[in-house]
Amino acid sequence: MLVSLFITCYNDTLFPETGRSVVRVLERLGHEVEFRPEQTCCGQMHWNTGYLHEAIPILRHFVEVYRDAETIVVPSSSCVSMMRDHYLKAADSVMDASLRADVEALLPRIYEFTEFLVKRLGIEDVGATFPHKVTLHPSCHSQRSLHLGDIPTRLLKQVRGLQLLNLENSQECCGFGGTFSIKNADVSSAMLADKVRCILNTGAEVCTAVDNSCLMHLFGSLHRQRTLVRTAHIAEILASSAGERA
Amino acid sequence: MKPAVSSHWSDRDFPEAARELLEDSQTRSNVRHATDVIQAKRDAVTGELPDWQQLRDAGEAIRAHSLAHLDFYLEQFEQACTRAGGQVHWARDAAEANQIILGLIQRHSVTEVLKIKTMTSEEVGLNPYLETHGIRAHETDLAELIIQLGKDKPSHFVVPALHKNRMQVREIFQREMHLPELGERPEDLASAARSYLREKFFRLKVAVSGANFLIAENGAVCIVESEGNGRMCLTLPDVLISLVGIEKVLPRFRDLEVFLQTLPRSATGERMNPYNSIWTGVRPGDGPKEFHVVLLDNRRSPILGDAESRQTLQCIRCAACLNACPVYHQTGGHAYESVYAGPIGAILTPQLHSLEEGRSLPYASSLCGACYEVCPVKINIPEVLIHLRGKIVEEDQKTLRGQLGIWNLGMATAAMLLASGARLSMAQRMGQIAQKIFVNRDGMIERLPFPLSGWTQTRDMKSLPKQSFRQWWSERAAPSEASVGNPDRAGHAAGRGGPDGQ
Repeated sequence: MLVSLFITCYNDTLFPETGRSVVRVLERLGHEVEFRPEQTCCGQMHWNTGYLHEAIPILRHFVEVYRDAETIVVPSSSCVSMMRDHYLKAADSVMDASLRADVEALLPRIYEFTEFLVKRLGIEDVGATFPHKVTLHPSCHSQRSLHLGDIPTRLLKQVRGLQLLNLENSQECCGFGGTFSIKNADVSSAMLADKVRCILNTGAEVCTAVDNSCLMHLFGSLHRQRTLVRTAHIAEILASSAGERA
Repeated sequence: MKPAVSSHWSDRDFPEAARELLEDSQTRSNVRHATDVIQAKRDAVTGELPDWQQLRDAGEAIRAHSLAHLDFYLEQFEQACTRAGGQVHWARDAAEANQIILGLIQRHSVTEVLKIKTMTSEEVGLNPYLETHGIRAHETDLAELIIQLGKDKPSHFVVPALHKNRMQVREIFQREMHLPELGERPEDLASAARSYLREKFFRLKVAVSGANFLIAENGAVCIVESEGNGRMCLTLPDVLISLVGIEKVLPRFRDLEVFLQTLPRSATGERMNPYNSIWTGVRPGDGPKEFHVVLLDNRRSPILGDAESRQTLQCIRCAACLNACPVYHQTGGHAYESVYAGPIGAILTPQLHSLEEGRSLPYASSLCGACYEVCPVKINIPEVLIHLRGKIVEEDQKTLRGQLGIWNLGMATAAMLLASGARLSMAQRMGQIAQKIFVNRDGMIERLPFPLSGWTQTRDMKSLPKQSFRQWWSERAAPSEASVGNPDRAGHAAGRGGPDGQ
């Protein structure tokens, strides 16, 4: 299958290893990956911060770039939730019927990365080996918007050597929330402190998630506190094979 | 100048109020403990219902329908209530509501009245208003009594004294009830409150309440509660005055079937409330001789007129969103500077006042969606938060100051850079160079200028990698586009493209 990768702006800029891992997993499973260099961003940061007018051209651009793509895979539940929860509303807000029609046609072809593996391809074992203690932070958008449920867990359980450790209060937000982490830095930091405490209590070496946004936030505190816990997007774990360091 | 009566308490914005509360470890631990307990009970009693999601759908449908035809149902309620012997009054705003209630109380020449827990009366500032006219209102809900005696403010609209623990309550009772020997067991505290309140129940002739629901078809008023003190106030006094927001009306009596299941399960984690009082007008020899309903608008009509945020008025005040909210868990209710705290407060308060006054509240959320998930009438609070943020930004952009503000400039710049792949690519290359003044020798960023300093106050950040994904892809794809998807090619790419060990 030809898979169109929407890497997302922050993965592109800050976490290229996640994109490389997605490519690796998909190619290992025998799929062809294409990357359209015109792509930029889903518009979430602008939309969620209240810059609704500024978000419209960005999402319009996204729709243009992927109009003829058959299958679009996104390694971020947060960006997919922006598309599923807000794109139609955004089209309606500018009373653009043709944009609405384009979005309606596009949405069923967009998948979050783990959702694509398990729901679309029906694969839980991607042939990965990752001999480490891992805990999963089930990000808010993956749970409450995309309703991924146990999909990420099912993938991790098939990874050779991986020991999955239970995270207490796992459903609670890590406090990132995009610009919330800056506009309400104190509250965000307090939420983060609770989440980090729970992660440290698991004894995990690696904290993973389907969103690098949360992981960037968690890493920020884990590193500031000089802990040895690393963060890795789930794609990086699923791309790992025997004999490699994480 | 701000009106003297207001449900919005001060000019402090949310981040400022929150900062202070975050340092109060006692309050934070009280809030965390109490919300955890309620939340666990709520999860258990909602989880046991096979039709919980259908009950939420039904609740949403009934509330949305009521609001869509609010004018009709309010008039129907007025007629039915009047027919049953009640008297209906219409209050445009807080000041009118207070005047009407004061007038009704003064007609009976009393200087003290009973109060049943009513957040609507907190919204209009009824108690301080009555006080300035020589009338003392006695709160009879245990939590409201604690708040009143402690000269405090409610921090949660179902459990107003949630931020106080038992020992703190005991201190307040010891001091205010003159009971130096009072014990610390829950029974001791309840017994002290009972003696204190009983005397008032028997002596006072006028009571003021709120209501959970109004029933349009028969003019009934419904209050659910846990303690029975409300029932005392509804049955013993000669005069009962109920102050109710106009949005509280339901079309039919049978609609209670849904809400008497969803409200207690969502609010206190009980299958049903211990006391469910529903009364219709007056009846000789039974309950109050005189019954008034004061219907309060107080800027609810404009909310009704906004299609995007109308759902705010579907709220049945269960406070499940407070108990589920990770922001509320950290700060408690006082950070919201309003009688309506938590996620629902973050959308309700700015709309009941002005977006300018409550402008920090729609940003007091990480948009995690926990509030929407638990809401028994399915108010999409994150969606309304974003809608209100949009209105705030739109207003800001009308002024030069707003246009030149750091957020507006930053967002405009970002939007410009995200307009095409080539611009984003250019921005990445510039960022890789420009970041050097912030990056330490370990490749980390530990300090950034305002407003990004908010991030680095507690968090490090990895510097931008030498190669963005698109840079890597273009180098990888360079030899021949046609070879993409070829197994040999994939194998080659895997060698370069795997996790890099960072």
